Amino acid sequence: MLVRTMTILLSIRLSSRKIITHQNFQSKSLGFLGLVNHNSSVSSYSSLFHCKAGSSSSTFMPIGESYPHKPHALLGTLYSFLHYKSTEAQNQLEPQYTHEDKDDQANDFPGGKVSFTSEMTFISETPVKRVPCFRVLDDNGDPITYSNYEQIQQLSKEVAVKMYNNMVTLQMMDTVFYEAQRQGRISFYITTMGEEAINIASAAALSIDDLILPQYREPGILLWRGFTLKEFADQLFGNQADHGKGRQMPVHYGSNKLNYITISSPIATQLPQAVGVAYSLKMDRKDACAVTYFGDGTTSEGDFHAALNFAAVMEVPIIFICRNNGWAISTPTEEQFRSDGIVVKGPAYGMRSIRVDGNDALAVYAAVHTARRMAISEQRPVLIEALTYRVGHHSTSDDSTKYRPVDEIEYWKKSRNPVNRFRRWVEKNGWWNDEDELELRNSVKKQLLQAIQVAERIPKPPLADLFSDVYANLPSNLHEQEKLLRETIKEHPQDYPSDVPM
Amino acid sequence: MATALQRFGRSFILISKRQFSNSSTSCEKKIAQQSGKSLNLYSAINQALHIALETDPRAYVFGEDVSFGGVFRCTTGLADRFGKNRVFNTPLCEQGIVGFGIGLAAMGNRAIAEIQFADYIYPAFDQIVNEAAKFRYRSGNQFNCGGLTIRAPYGAVGHGGHYHSQSPEAFFCHVPGIKVVVPRSPQQAKGLLLSCIRDPNPVVFFEPKWLYRLAVEEVPEHDYMLPLSEAEVIREGSDITLVGWGAQLSIMEQACLDAEKSGISCELIDLKTLIPWDKETVEASVKKTGRLLISHEAPVTGGFGAEISASIVERCFLRLEAPITRICGLDTPFPLVFEPFYMPTKNKILDAIKSTVNY
Ligand SMILES: Cc1ncc(C[n+]2csc(CCOP(=O)(O)OP(=O)(O)O)c2C)c(N)n1
Ligand SMILES: [Mg+2]
Repeated sequence: MLVRTMTILLSIRLSSRKIITHQNFQSKSLGFLGLVNHNSSVSSYSSLFHCKAGSSSSTFMPIGESYPHKPHALLGTLYSFLHYKSTEAQNQLEPQYTHEDKDDQANDFPGGKVSFTSEMTFISETPVKRVPCFRVLDDNGDPITYSNYEQIQQLSKEVAVKMYNNMVTLQMMDTVFYEAQRQGRISFYITTMGEEAINIASAAALSIDDLILPQYREPGILLWRGFTLKEFADQLFGNQADHGKGRQMPVHYGSNKLNYITISSPIATQLPQAVGVAYSLKMDRKDACAVTYFGDGTTSEGDFHAALNFAAVMEVPIIFICRNNGWAISTPTEEQFRSDGIVVKGPAYGMRSIRVDGNDALAVYAAVHTARRMAISEQRPVLIEALTYRVGHHSTSDDSTKYRPVDEIEYWKKSRNPVNRFRRWVEKNGWWNDEDELELRNSVKKQLLQAIQVAERIPKPPLADLFSDVYANLPSNLHEQEKLLRETIKEHPQDYPSDVPM
Repeated sequence: MATALQRFGRSFILISKRQFSNSSTSCEKKIAQQSGKSLNLYSAINQALHIALETDPRAYVFGEDVSFGGVFRCTTGLADRFGKNRVFNTPLCEQGIVGFGIGLAAMGNRAIAEIQFADYIYPAFDQIVNEAAKFRYRSGNQFNCGGLTIRAPYGAVGHGGHYHSQSPEAFFCHVPGIKVVVPRSPQQAKGLLLSCIRDPNPVVFFEPKWLYRLAVEEVPEHDYMLPLSEAEVIREGSDITLVGWGAQLSIMEQACLDAEKSGISCELIDLKTLIPWDKETVEASVKKTGRLLISHEAPVTGGFGAEISASIVERCFLRLEAPITRICGLDTPFPLVFEPFYMPTKNKILDAIKSTVNY
């Protein structure tokens, strides 16, 4: 829907100039989202910045001439839209304005020249075509034509196998921890099922120096960075070894060592924070970016819009990764937003954007890898919308069969499973076989059960941790409250859990 | 697990005593006589919403995930019954929900907005504090959004951690122009919610989510309202006055029962409406008992207990026989593992009753 809208936005800027689009669309239904084209070239939205299949990454530049100078933020966006290459398929993106006044009559509003038109045309809310979805692997795990990207060609066996290994581990974590919650051993859990590729492939494409500001369905980045199964279990049990000292609900992981900022339940709050983090990286001239993850529902919050706008205006190295999994608890995306999803919001804020198939690990990998390079070398934000599906219930407090059909869930779990799809590709490369699979699953299962058993037996954090860290130093009111509480505990030990050391 | 035990302890208390209506005022006795069905708190809220939509064609119910019944099932069946024009999901945006509700209410409608958890009301703080609360005043009463009611589940549940446990009532009690109401039981919830919906002022209605399923009592099926800004003495006594609201009252009542065994007679008051609050009822009680204890789950510092304490000192200084005591949450974020330590437990209250009486 918004393709058209964007086109028109472009057209205002481009006058009657022509822009390119890609021709290698392959229509594939993404189920809940309706029909979305698959596009096999990494391209930012508007198709003006695209990475040609097989081309060298260092030449990843806007097509056409390079900037004459580092332009002002707004003008930069403007200029960048002015690069064009071909006239292919322009009809789809061609402006609706057929009568535009001559350039010399352009109105010089603050913010750049805007041409006049005598046509009273309203920008359409409905695009002719939806923004296509970049992918590399088809449903069978076969690379589709055109998609011999350099990043993928350079993906070593070692990294690819680690990716697969982590995706399986994530899947098994979900099975085992979910079961532990059902047994009442932990109080709450959120699965990542169906979103393993977004988690692991994006993590693989980033550097450990990149700061992660997660939502709650991205434990895979921690896993990739070396968070151990025991560390996950420690948090879930809220024991003494939990980095968060047992204060937060399960799945609110965080690791300073792994540059993964501790999860907060309130939705979208991490997004503007990520822009501040990115600004600091920019000021320090770090070879790193901020990466923040969020769901489709989260894009409705004011913080999302604040963050995109700040990021564009401040020109910071940041990647916004939206996991559009079709649902926000029981609310489907049709009731969450209109127009063509998340990706089209990027250009509205002046940000390069791309839509990828979130169930295609290689596409996610290539897109994030490329986005990272742009974000850091050009000091600019990038928005990635990864289309996927939330295969699990929202959380252990939810029963999603109350609001969505079971076969829809089954379809995504079985036919569109991102782990199986990636496995086929790894197998076809001769890097993986059934024996490896069996061995991996056995070993992960053993490690997981052990992690749970050990974590469960570790005592809770000591009582002093109830009062510490509220402030950098304990203020007098808390000092007094701690003293009083200890006296109360002495009087009524039966009121208090025995596994919290005094 | 500790939290599980704690949860069980609490449910046991609730199930074993159930309703406060044994010691109700005459107004409530009347209601109870018109016999109703045994209902839990979320079903009582659901019934109130049904009645609100039924009796006023200009009433609307909306919020995150309300269409399928809401994450706490309070809106079950409403969309089917009244259609999706009147009961609907909103995008995930609290400031949007409240702002939208203000506009809807300003057009002469009953806008009944749900915020999924009180912990997530903060993005809407500006709309509530600067907008809803001042809509009437700033326009010289040309406009008002009195038809707005914001429902939000609040308080501890045993395993909610920082963001599924908070009691943010005090923030809103600092805002002239809105009312803040907290029910303690299913029967109260239904009657108070209907009053809030029909009150000509914007109201924030905090529902004790721990009680959604656990608190069960007879709730008359008909349409009834309970008065706002009227506190209720739910247990009469002569030695000390206890003031609370919402879920905390059941804990306080346990303390009263135990104190009685030690020969201390406690008077327990449910404030129900926090602003504008019924000072007279509390004042009269404290003048009789000479002692006051206030208890709430929210952190003690800057909690609404402080306001009650200050007001009563102003009005009853010479009648007080002991310092006013507050047994409240600690001045920490609401913690997960440490929840049993954070909470204003029965024994904390009981000890404070004893030391106040023996002051
Ligand atoms: C400010 C705020 N409002 C409401 C909630 C309750 N809530 C938790 S998750 C969620 C849905 C989020 O959906 P989405 O962003 O699509 O992420 P997904 O769960 O699909 O990964 C809601 C409404 C919250 N955590 N924070
Ligand atoms: Mg979602």
